[in-house]
Amino acid sequence: MRASLLINQRGGQVLLACMVALAVGVPALNLMVPASSAFHVPDYMVGLVGKYLCFALLAMALDLVWGYCGILSLGHGAFFALGGYAMGMHLMRQIGDRGVYGNAELPDFMVFLNWKELPWYWHGFDVFPFAMLMVMAVPGVLAFVFGWFAFRSRVTGVYLSIITQAMTFALMLAFFRNDMGFGGNNGLTDFKDLLGFDLQAPGVRAALFAASAMAVALAYLLCRAITASRLGRVLLAIRDAESRARFLGYRVEYYKLFTFTVSAVLAGIAGALYVPQVGIINPSEFAPAASIEVVIWVAVGGRGTLYGAVLGAMLVNYAKTYFTGTLPELWLYMLGGLFVATTIFLPKGIVGAVPTFGGSGGKGLGGLGKRFGRPSNQAAE
Amino acid sequence: MMKFKNLFRAGAFAGAALATGLVAGLAQAADTIKVGVLHSLSGTMAISETTLKDTVLMMVDDLNKNGGLLGKKVEAVVVDPASNWPLFAEKARELIEKDKVSVVFGCWTSVSRKSVLPVFEELNGLLFYPVQYEGEESSRNVFYTGAAPNQQAIPAVDYLMSEDGGAAKRWVLLGTDYVYPRTTNKILRAYLHSKGVADADIMENYTPFGHSDWQSIVASVKKFASAGKKTAVVSTINGDANVPFYKELGNQGIKAEDIPVVAFSVGEEELAGLDTAPLVGHLAAWNYFMSVDSPENAAFIKKWHAFIKNEKRVTNDPMEAHYIGFKMWVQAVEQAGTTAVDAVRQAMYGQKVKNLTGGVAVMNTNHHLSKPVLIGEIQADGQFETVWKTDGVVVGDAWSDFIPESAKLTADWTYPWVCGNCEKPKYATGAGM
Amino acid sequence: MHPFVRTILAALLAFWLPASAGAQDADLQALVDGLAAKSFNQKIDAVDKLAATGDPKVVPVLTALLEGRLFTLKDGDKLVIAERKGRVYVTTAPLGGANLGEVKKGDLTKVRVNNKLRGELRAALGGLTLLSPDPSVRAEAVDSVLKARDAELMPVLEKAMAREEDPALHARMALAHAATNLFAAKKEEARLEALARLSESATPEVRSLLNEFVAGGKGTEKVIAAAKETLEAVEGRLRLWETVGDVFRGISLGSVLLLAAVGLAITFGVMGVINMAHGEMVMLGAYTTFVVQEAFRAYAPGAFDLSLVVAVPAAFLVSGAVGIAIERGVIRFLYGRPLETLLATWGISLVLQQAVRSVFGPTNRDVGAPEWMSGAVEFSNGLLLTYNRLWIIAFSLVVVGGIVVVLRKTAFGLQMRAVTQNRAMANSMGIRTGAVDALTFGMGSGIAGIAGVALSQIDNVSPNLGQAYIIDSFMVVVFGGVGNIWGTVVGAFSLGIVNKFLEPVAGAVLAKILVLIAIILFIQKRPRGLFALKGRAVEA
Repeated sequence: MRASLLINQRGGQVLLACMVALAVGVPALNLMVPASSAFHVPDYMVGLVGKYLCFALLAMALDLVWGYCGILSLGHGAFFALGGYAMGMHLMRQIGDRGVYGNAELPDFMVFLNWKELPWYWHGFDVFPFAMLMVMAVPGVLAFVFGWFAFRSRVTGVYLSIITQAMTFALMLAFFRNDMGFGGNNGLTDFKDLLGFDLQAPGVRAALFAASAMAVALAYLLCRAITASRLGRVLLAIRDAESRARFLGYRVEYYKLFTFTVSAVLAGIAGALYVPQVGIINPSEFAPAASIEVVIWVAVGGRGTLYGAVLGAMLVNYAKTYFTGTLPELWLYMLGGLFVATTIFLPKGIVGAVPTFGGSGGKGLGGLGKRFGRPSNQAAE
Repeated sequence: MMKFKNLFRAGAFAGAALATGLVAGLAQAADTIKVGVLHSLSGTMAISETTLKDTVLMMVDDLNKNGGLLGKKVEAVVVDPASNWPLFAEKARELIEKDKVSVVFGCWTSVSRKSVLPVFEELNGLLFYPVQYEGEESSRNVFYTGAAPNQQAIPAVDYLMSEDGGAAKRWVLLGTDYVYPRTTNKILRAYLHSKGVADADIMENYTPFGHSDWQSIVASVKKFASAGKKTAVVSTINGDANVPFYKELGNQGIKAEDIPVVAFSVGEEELAGLDTAPLVGHLAAWNYFMSVDSPENAAFIKKWHAFIKNEKRVTNDPMEAHYIGFKMWVQAVEQAGTTAVDAVRQAMYGQKVKNLTGGVAVMNTNHHLSKPVLIGEIQADGQFETVWKTDGVVVGDAWSDFIPESAKLTADWTYPWVCGNCEKPKYATGAGM
Repeated sequence: MHPFVRTILAALLAFWLPASAGAQDADLQALVDGLAAKSFNQKIDAVDKLAATGDPKVVPVLTALLEGRLFTLKDGDKLVIAERKGRVYVTTAPLGGANLGEVKKGDLTKVRVNNKLRGELRAALGGLTLLSPDPSVRAEAVDSVLKARDAELMPVLEKAMAREEDPALHARMALAHAATNLFAAKKEEARLEALARLSESATPEVRSLLNEFVAGGKGTEKVIAAAKETLEAVEGRLRLWETVGDVFRGISLGSVLLLAAVGLAITFGVMGVINMAHGEMVMLGAYTTFVVQEAFRAYAPGAFDLSLVVAVPAAFLVSGAVGIAIERGVIRFLYGRPLETLLATWGISLVLQQAVRSVFGPTNRDVGAPEWMSGAVEFSNGLLLTYNRLWIIAFSLVVVGGIVVVLRKTAFGLQMRAVTQNRAMANSMGIRTGAVDALTFGMGSGIAGIAGVALSQIDNVSPNLGQAYIIDSFMVVVFGGVGNIWGTVVGAFSLGIVNKFLEPVAGAVLAKILVLIAIILFIQKRPRGLFALKGRAVEA
């Protein structure tokens, strides 16, 4: 019964199939097919789609709290960036004495700003398992503490949205400060290798790509397991009528806290996968605009479906890549127009409009498809 | 089985999209030389970088009018990295791998350069970087045509310490909190120490990007300056924050004769958004001013106005840097007879181009230019007037002598060094010397 | 031309020229020609000599040099004063002002000035114009004399003091006199007397002076000890006023935040639209100001000082119209789905930014300050209040007052409140809710446009202007309590003042971070902001 629930959703099946196909197909077409062939996937495509997949994971994390729990977080970029920074710190420590100043202990930016020793919070990041733990723990703990206070105080709606925005904005300003020891505006960059593998080698890039695709697939299964469970139904109840759920005896804040923390951890993992693929992490990832963009991916794809978030993230980012290359002067019109058109004409996002994904009738979605298109004041106010 | 049908449908759709992209890629003819332009056209940096995109387009246009390069047309490939640093890396990769450009002119901020650096090094691309920066870098794939700290900051401080500049004894170092001001101020502090200035006479202050409320800081500068010693301000405030800063300066009545402010990031373009009448006499240090009277500069300005179709547009230092960089690249390609990066790089060394301000710029083997340094005072018409100029050209120094770890390093990409950051030559045992 | 110079010239023509006609013009001409020397030191020498003549005829020459209107002709190196007139320059003789005909820009070489020479020029002009009949000229002159502290100016300063009738100016001259004496007087008593005079005015200027004197250490021990004592007293009194200055700066920052946020308090606070395009409405207002000013520059340069007065209604109309268009075109389909408005308005904000970039270019635009908004009023205790900030504070209060009046006292305000409180009921009472929605959104946007007029005076006018304020605006509205104008007012001012008190201690970046953390913690305490709405509207 549980297993059938997991795959009993057409969009989800397509998603899982695509992710597996990508995880296997793209590295194969990139590494084994000669570059002259029409089926060859060039290196930059691997990097590009790999980046989209990280964004997709982030979007799915947001959809879990927004689509299913009604928490509109305008600060999910912060969790993503924190995961990224944890990964970046590990990669910085891996550089060792290959930096420009040849200092085995300190990263370059600390050397030329005259730091004498490694700050305490950098210790341990040279050990891979510790760094991976931090990738999940730092965003997770922040989300837990933040949520602990916010949900217990019953901060909801726009108030919650705005203070998540304040959180990511404050973190951005903090990471911008060179005195913080995270490389200031330049952030962390110039990475060399991961676990001894050269980050610029095609094989490593393909492996990171496959890892990202698999991460999306696994995260989908996890989120689906959460939302399809009894807990998931309570979440929906909270989303649609928080006070009523509370009056029925549910400890609303604990449900919210759990989901928020899981979502932050997923966002952190997305960030950690993102950093080695793009080669840089810096405070602009904390920018409130970046977090708002994530909300937009989810809305464009279709809120409350998980796979819609993935689709939205991939599509919007592909559109961005495409238009910034071909129509550099006009792309903002296209993107802006797309957002306006989506809200007016596709209130349920793209998955709500394409029958392939089973959005129109809401079949196999437990009525979810019908529900989330409806004006829902509670989710917002 | 419905599912599989849908899967196929989705797959076919994706395949079609991919194929369209491929065909479009192949359709572009191979008999042009492509030049990538990687400047933000939207977002926070568009304000500065759009002009540079236009400058490159103008140079390409001009080159094509004069018969192209190696008998081929030159085509500019413009992309918009949208002031988004990871997008810079993505676009750089796209330009080199997909569009197969021979060279890229681009970047403004340090972080955008740091972001694309690994891409250029991995794919052996060629980047011309036109903006004054903090130094501490020499990549074999980048030519730095903007000023290094020793070509801007040190001469400016020297001038303010001189009798003509007002013999300043007390210093305020104002900057935006990022790597360029931090490094520059660190170099300056070391330099001021070497000139006998005590720490008590140096005030350092950092503000966030786009800082717009300067009341308190300007007031504290005034207070710091009332200690009875001649005080000067060295500003490494970046971009957008400058306009509110100068407006506040003017309104609080800080006159250049009392507290001169010398800036390294304020050029004609920034002043165009300001009423400069209250700011007359404040200074900037650059390698180029629009007001410089030379035939080359007059021709350049004329060409720019014709290209941009607006008589009021100004020119500035990074534009000259692109002008010099582009000309050098063209000369190097002609000399090498190919656009292959390795050959062009070798041909770049020692390449000479006439500066717009007189004299000749030379590309050194550390990938930095030798250029003259000019100090100008702001005029009421939004222009600078040169009040001081180096006698000859100053060699750009990749590694500052005032940072102990950096002073040890040398950048030289020719035999026997062949290295951007080494303490001793790579081929020390060879008999090459 | 600077008005100050204009008055000098007028004064000169009216009073002095006839009196001094027929002086040794040839000698004077030779001295004036010295200004064309190559090095700055030679020029300074020439200025000193010209000043020493005391001849008022050199005043226009020196002012022309100070303002960069003194040129040499390329053929013959002759010195002329040149004024731009369209595409050509009209040249006049430096002495006497005879018209020498029109030349092209290329034929002229500017006589260069640097800061040092500029200082000398101001001192020289100060001495020469200290006896001017125009009080504003005398005020400028005494400032220059105070800065120069030149013992040679003492006779003329004393003469001016004897004549001066304006008490404020007389006090200023006495200060200059004492300052000069402190450094230059031969006798110990004269210096002590100067110190006593200086101790009466606790200004940063005096502090600077005393610091310099103490650091210089030239004088008898008694004088220096007295100077140190005076310095301490002065600093003690200044400290109090610096706190007042902090409060003022906080209020000023608060007023800027208030202006930026108050439009949002209507579109977001009252209507519930998460209006991410709010910042762009502000930006449109700023660009409207630019366009209005361009029109003034082109058609009525004389009335430039009025440009802002015209810009305010213009910006209201432009941003308001765009707001109404957005409401009718997009937002009205989204009522009841406030989160969707976030998405749509974000898209609109991207489009508007790019549209402005396409039309006006990506670079900053120059919005000038009218005369009445330039400069500052400086109190004798060192408190400096800049006019533009004072106007903005007053303006923000007027705007809020206007909004309150509209909401409370007009039929439209009543309908607006009715619609936002109970749409269905309002509709059935015969209110055209659609029209009210459009007008409300238009009003919020229009007010944002007005804010743009004010912000154009202190910030960049660039396509990014709106982005710089949108987050702060949301913070202010949420902190104050959504749906409450007073909350926005109190929120804006308290955030501004807290920020400005933290800034000197923690630095600008950390101050901002601390304020954000404070907001987050505050919301935990009061989950609905400072002034929470009560009653049923809360759960809606």
